[in-house]
Amino acid sequence: MEKKAKNFGYTITRDRQIDFDANNHDICKIVAKAEPTLNLCISCGTCAATCTAGQFTDFSLRQVILLLRRGETNGLAKEISKCMLCGKCQLVCPRNVSTRNLIIQISKALYDNNKLDLKLVNVK
Amino acid sequence: MVKHVVVIGGGPAGLETSASLSKLGFHVTLVEKEEVTGGHLNKWHALFPTLLSGKDALETITKGLNGNIKIQTATKVTSLEAVNDYFTISGHNGWQEKADAVVLTTGFQLFDSHRKEEYGYGIYENVITSADLEELFASEKELVTRHGNKPERVGFVHCVGSRDEKVNNLHCSKVCCITAVKQAIEVKQMLPDAEVFCFYMDLRMFGRHYEELYKEAQEKYNIQFIRGRLSESTEDKDGNIVVKVEDTLLGKPLRIKVGLLVLMAGMEPAADTKSLANMLGLKNVSDGFIQPLDEILRSNCTEIPGVFVAGTCSGPKSVSDTVADARSAALAVADFLKV
Repeated sequence: MEKKAKNFGYTITRDRQIDFDANNHDICKIVAKAEPTLNLCISCGTCAATCTAGQFTDFSLRQVILLLRRGETNGLAKEISKCMLCGKCQLVCPRNVSTRNLIIQISKALYDNNKLDLKLVNVK
Repeated sequence: MVKHVVVIGGGPAGLETSASLSKLGFHVTLVEKEEVTGGHLNKWHALFPTLLSGKDALETITKGLNGNIKIQTATKVTSLEAVNDYFTISGHNGWQEKADAVVLTTGFQLFDSHRKEEYGYGIYENVITSADLEELFASEKELVTRHGNKPERVGFVHCVGSRDEKVNNLHCSKVCCITAVKQAIEVKQMLPDAEVFCFYMDLRMFGRHYEELYKEAQEKYNIQFIRGRLSESTEDKDGNIVVKVEDTLLGKPLRIKVGLLVLMAGMEPAADTKSLANMLGLKNVSDGFIQPLDEILRSNCTEIPGVFVAGTCSGPKSVSDTVADARSAALAVADFLKV
């Protein structure tokens, strides 16, 4: 007979640190190779300021790039699915990051790496 | 025989170089394209970090000029040639002189903020530049919006025309961060009830007492610093400017209305800096400023013996940097001519 665990009212608090050493840095390397302008981002946030998707969801390309750089790739697929590929960010970026291709390459790399059924962007 | 040096450009760099060269015993001709010397300093109300008035600074620098200096104003240099061991320099009005050495002090031009169309300069009346604000300070007029009201909020946009490859300027203009802090404080002194915001990417407080001025802006004047670069600004029906920016430290897009928006226009090499560099066949560098022989140890020398640089023609500088650079250039000239 299985004993039901007694609830003493305590929970384990999960570690919220970025575990840089344990994180997946492969995706970032693949994306940087496919779209080298990834490395030019200075996190100024102009992309996110002009972003229509960011006005209605919590999407921010600046944050996506940081998550990628830190290897925080869990949940990244969901993040970039909010992008509509309108390209306004590309018009305003002061470092000429090729933002649209960047999103496409992240999507591709996530798909190839994790064999996820993303159906995010129509990449032909 | 006393050696002769021609200094091209009569802003603070040219004035200080001329004064120093004269003190070292050379004959100097200072050529200036405008009717008066002084350059941008003529229009600048006060200098960071001490708020020394531009007028006083210019007066002090000009006091150093003496009888060995000929000032050739209203003369635009149209040709500059190296002939054997001297240079021939001519102006558009027929002026011509020979020189044993030439110092380029042609300086910078302010970035034309119309080029950042999305920020609305020249489109919305309440978008002005840092230079416009200095002129307003100097005029001692009241600080009002173009509709005649006291602005309840004033915004400062850092890095306009600097660190922006969309306008082909990758470089940092260096002085705008501290200028924004200075101007923000001056605005608060004029309008104690106004809220003042600075929109920045990085705050580069590199000089002595700059960080202190930044702290004073926070502590004494409650100036708000929002880390995010503007994507665009628009005008509402009342003539307020609506700014769009990401508050990057919060990770949320932010919209804010200001009565007056000040664009911190950066430095670009002056058109004459570029044309003179071309005349001499000096190496063209991507940022357009003149490349010294060695940026660290020979910053006043160029690859052409006898041609020297001082001030902002070789990159953005503050007035204090410029004055020190000018004196250093005079010593480099002396070193060259006394060999």
